[in-house]
Amino acid sequence: MMLSKGLKRKREEERETETLAGDAWWLDPSLPAAAQAPPATASSSLFDLSVLKLHHSLRQGEPDLRHLVLVVNTLRRIQASMAPAPTLPPVPSPPAAPCVADSLLASSDAALSASMASLLEDLSHIEGLSQAPQPLVDEGPPGRPVGGSPPSLGALDLLGPATGCLLDDELEGLFEDIDTSMYDSELWAPASEGLKPGPEDGPGKEEALELDEAELDYLLDVLVGTQALERPPGPGR
Amino acid sequence: MYFVLRRKSALQVKIQWGPMCIYFPPTVGAGGGNDIQWCFSQVKGAVDDDVAEADIISTVEFNHSGELLATGDKGGRVVIFQQEQENKIQSHSRGEYNVYSTFQSHEPEFDYLKSLEIEEKINKIRWLPQKNAAQFLLSTNDKTIKLWKISERDKRPEGYNLKEEDGRYRDPTTVTTLRVPVFRPMDLMVEASPRRIFANAHTYHINSISINSDYETYLSADDLRINLWHLEITDRSFNIVDIKPANMEELTEVITAAEFHPNSCNTFVYSSSKGTIRLCDMRASALCDRHSKLFEEPEDPSNRSFFSEIISSISDVKFSHSGRYMMTRDYLSVKIWDLNMENRPVETYQVHEYLRSKLCSLYENDCIFDKFECCWNGSDSVVMTGSYNNFFRMFDRNTKRDITLEASRENNKPRTVLKPRKVCASGKRKKDEISVDSLDFNKKILHTAWHPKENIIAVATTNNLYIFQDKVN
Repeated sequence: MMLSKGLKRKREEERETETLAGDAWWLDPSLPAAAQAPPATASSSLFDLSVLKLHHSLRQGEPDLRHLVLVVNTLRRIQASMAPAPTLPPVPSPPAAPCVADSLLASSDAALSASMASLLEDLSHIEGLSQAPQPLVDEGPPGRPVGGSPPSLGALDLLGPATGCLLDDELEGLFEDIDTSMYDSELWAPASEGLKPGPEDGPGKEEALELDEAELDYLLDVLVGTQALERPPGPGR
Repeated sequence: MYFVLRRKSALQVKIQWGPMCIYFPPTVGAGGGNDIQWCFSQVKGAVDDDVAEADIISTVEFNHSGELLATGDKGGRVVIFQQEQENKIQSHSRGEYNVYSTFQSHEPEFDYLKSLEIEEKINKIRWLPQKNAAQFLLSTNDKTIKLWKISERDKRPEGYNLKEEDGRYRDPTTVTTLRVPVFRPMDLMVEASPRRIFANAHTYHINSISINSDYETYLSADDLRINLWHLEITDRSFNIVDIKPANMEELTEVITAAEFHPNSCNTFVYSSSKGTIRLCDMRASALCDRHSKLFEEPEDPSNRSFFSEIISSISDVKFSHSGRYMMTRDYLSVKIWDLNMENRPVETYQVHEYLRSKLCSLYENDCIFDKFECCWNGSDSVVMTGSYNNFFRMFDRNTKRDITLEASRENNKPRTVLKPRKVCASGKRKKDEISVDSLDFNKKILHTAWHPKENIIAVATTNNLYIFQDKVN
């Protein structure tokens, strides 16, 4: 029923002799829940577990939407507790002359959220809508200050250092067939309009691109190289 | 003429003289949940422990009179049981339920456009009130709702002029006299035929259907939308609720259940994965996106955890028969709401609070996502819901007492009174108690139903249907 790679837990009925404390070791039942802060490693393994669940759910032909939404919301809670202030900026609308490094930093998170977003977006394709997936545009309205968390975070907008651990081979394998030209075009879209999703925006954005192919290829290489560099050692792995 | 006084239960006395008897005080429907002694009556289904996937029961529903009991399973089949007529004055127990009709309601389908298989599992069955000799019910899988007519045939015409009894046609030139065919009795045959198929209206998975009190329309709800149908019209439905965001990435909440008010044909409620219930009035606008009332209990800060939202997700919502209250089931509790008060429930009953400290494990094995249903008894005085280890719980709203019982083949002698069960949450386990760690989380009772008029309940374990009734005499 449940896949939890690397997180082996015995089933309830096999653990008759173990005490309650052994099960939820960071939650002493004698203390009110609010008084306890789960240690970082517990949150982190819960985060990993949730990511695995999300992964598993998204792999289904037709994911159970309730399960998916609940797991995503739980992931956001866990992440919020692990990294209260995002250390990396959300993907803003790139200014007219973006700093390449900043954009690439942003895009390493954006790449993941882009992939997840496009997968979730695919769910809306079920209705036969012809919305082109808009991976990076939904991180917030354009021009939001970089420091804070925009209130209109997408459901799957995952920020913070922990996202690095999500970029393992398995997850990347899942996203292999995503057309990477989307990443390139999003980075260099103009700062004005055209960043809100909508079928009518697609063609408009493409027209706004001003880079030639060589620059796009270069950017792609750097992007892939930066993702490899960006991956911090996962906790407990 | 003499009369006899018999104490029927703690709350009731039977006064009998000759063949006549009255009960004092008179009870309508059920008495207190704990003053009833529940007895095993019947169990339906296979005995093996090895459960075939198709046999997993997915829904249970009594009809309006209680004479019929329908179950749906994962294999798309519907089985209807009928209560035997019994001699009420002399019987020692109420009539047994026997198989009345079995039919394949839904078949697995393949959606070629999306390359996806559509499960044939029956998510819900709802009976229509009986208008003539036939019975009608709605059954639904994830995508398609069907109206079934169940009718009896106990006579057949005999004596045709142009047909022999075996069906062969007679040569008209050999007919010399004419006769009028007559109906003659035959062995009872129960036929189920699909009368309407309501398809192609749901993109997401249907979780609820509910028949309106006008008996002409009904609603169907999926994760993001609710549609209104007319029972006679299959090619069209009206969308009355749509919570799909313009951008699917902004999706944070889904619809989990919906039901029409039992008396007001313009009113319905729907519950969400965030623990809210919205009451809508169809007279207000065509699209009921703005609720008339929003029922939500503020979160208890001392119980906050990563799993707060998941355990607040409502898995079932049911109006009381009176229409004054509604009941919701979330992972750990049952709440009764007064429709006139939105800010908190009037009653809360803990189903299995001992699981609160186990939420992480239950999240890991996905049990935390289990969707338990709940039901009212006929007089709205007792509510019932299921739990794990094949336990089910009843809460008496008047006496505030509760009881835990088990659906198990071990107690399967008819009229055996069920022994109350107790789970030991922590500390020293008393005799006959079960520790939390010994509970079998694969044995879950998600579906239960209560006879609309009598103390007869149907409780579904994974692949068996148990029928219990109160002890008579």
